[in-house]
Amino acid sequence: MKRLLLGIAAVAGLVLASSQAWSADKLLNASYDVGRELFADINKAFIAKHPGITIDQSHAGTSAQARAIAEGLAADVVTFNQVTDVDFLVKKGLVSADWQKDFADNASPFYSLPSFLVRAGNPKHIKDWNDLVRNDVQVIFPNPKTSGNARYTYLAATAYAKEAFKGDDAKVKEFITKLFNNVPIFDTGGRAATTTFVQREIGDVLITFESETRGIRKEYGDDKFEQVTPSVSLLAEFPVAIVDKVADEHGSRDLAKSYLDFLYTPEGQDIAASNGMRVRDATVAGKYKADFPDVRLLTVEEVFGGWDKVQKEHFAAGGLLDQAYGSR
Amino acid sequence: MADPEIKSYEPLHESRSAAVTESRPVRIALTIVTLVFLGVFLLLPLIIVFKEAFAKGVGAYFQSLGDADTRSAIRLTLLVAAASVPLNLVFGISAAWAIAKFEFKGKAFLTTLIDLPFSVSPVISGLVYVLLFGAQGLLGAWLKAHGIQILFAVPGIVLATMFVTFPFVARELIPLMQEQGNGDEEAALSLGASGWQAFWYVTLPNIKWGLLYGVLLCNARAMGEFGAVSVVSGHIRGLTNTMPLHVEILYNEYNAVGAFAVASLLAGLALVTLVLKTLLEMRYGAELAATRGH
Repeated sequence: MKRLLLGIAAVAGLVLASSQAWSADKLLNASYDVGRELFADINKAFIAKHPGITIDQSHAGTSAQARAIAEGLAADVVTFNQVTDVDFLVKKGLVSADWQKDFADNASPFYSLPSFLVRAGNPKHIKDWNDLVRNDVQVIFPNPKTSGNARYTYLAATAYAKEAFKGDDAKVKEFITKLFNNVPIFDTGGRAATTTFVQREIGDVLITFESETRGIRKEYGDDKFEQVTPSVSLLAEFPVAIVDKVADEHGSRDLAKSYLDFLYTPEGQDIAASNGMRVRDATVAGKYKADFPDVRLLTVEEVFGGWDKVQKEHFAAGGLLDQAYGSR
Repeated sequence: MADPEIKSYEPLHESRSAAVTESRPVRIALTIVTLVFLGVFLLLPLIIVFKEAFAKGVGAYFQSLGDADTRSAIRLTLLVAAASVPLNLVFGISAAWAIAKFEFKGKAFLTTLIDLPFSVSPVISGLVYVLLFGAQGLLGAWLKAHGIQILFAVPGIVLATMFVTFPFVARELIPLMQEQGNGDEEAALSLGASGWQAFWYVTLPNIKWGLLYGVLLCNARAMGEFGAVSVVSGHIRGLTNTMPLHVEILYNEYNAVGAFAVASLLAGLALVTLVLKTLLEMRYGAELAATRGH
């Protein structure tokens, strides 16, 4: 029995000792939940340039990631797909308030947009946002109350309607309500909505980030689905930031900075583009032109006056989203 | 569902026990419903796990299991089980020993406390550890000052797993030990055995099959736990991803073969557990019967 107890103590000791020891040649990148392939490629290329370093990856929904970092997940850098989740870290004092100025292009080295995926041959002839409110079309996207992905869809549709109806708020609201009425099931997240569309074969069009439609076609068959890019959509930034508090504790700030800088280099941009992201570098963007159809992109700033305002007017309890969702 | 006409003409069947009053069609219907239910809700999902895992061939199956992240997820799950099951074994025996063999104040409270992990949702269990050990939690500042990382590291995962699996061993042993009473131990003591000898040579042999059964269930749950571990893990690939978490991530990344390959390992573990459990019940059914009360 004594030996058993000793054994248990040894195992417990091992477990406690295995908690990570940090040094300046190691980074933890907390990222969004479907970014694995992209960052696996990025990390491989970056490590080739900086031999001897280690980059650990954590992938989960970015709201959950932001909360985990606030509770002590020691991420040196974040590569998110929601600006508001970086802002949460600013509020918690972990990221500096002017993080969007630390790197070029609003600290968003690549971007995407809400785009359409239809069934092969596009049998319902879906081309643009106004096709989604037709009576004979069923639309699939997750619940904007729970999914960041769907919030972009909601905002993109609203932005389109604002232009189409020249700012007539009543008509915009009617358009959004009609759109919601065409959604047979509101799943809680993007992945569940994909399953509804792809495996349960419900709906005529799935709306999700363009960067994701590639993964869906790759896994479930290129010949079964077609990508349709609407005439206009909303710029979805993929923000990056150094988590100042953690980086300073680890002494990893320089490495963190050169890691995020790497995303802006032609090599980093090329890797991003080959993984379905639209990129800022003109030469790289030109090389992958065939993969990314032309689209006019609006920004949250120009259409809605910034994320704070969007939060208050649209997503707060009783806001415009609730009103449209409630009047289905 | 039964046709009343048939019912009225059907004679009492010989093989029918007196306790069974339902007519034959009702019995057949109930049997079919049960079988269909079991088939659809238990057997079919199991088959689908293996079908999806091998959807792109045996090569793809083993390739995805050979992936470095997958291998480290398997290693971590084994490590977590290896750490939490023995600890729960000791705690479980101690708790059951105290509750079954002694009378003391607060015994009812302790019994309820042991059941707590069964009655709260695993996600809440995980959140409790976040509130306790998180950077903004009760002990967060102290842990940080001493450089101890519990949350989002292996110790947090072990703690969360231990919490969730705590009742299995104790719950299995308490009724068994109560049934057996104190007679054997008292005899041993009166013959000059020390307390430790009485435990080692009398109590432990008496409970060994129940204990094994509890450890088996405890281990299965420790390897399969998702909710609590998900909250405290931090999802760092290669470091804090257990097998169930890895399944979710692979699935989210549209890597169905990888996800189901790892799931098939977990399903395999469940099957092994089931077989061992059945063997135990077959061979030592009488001794285990005492634990069936709950």
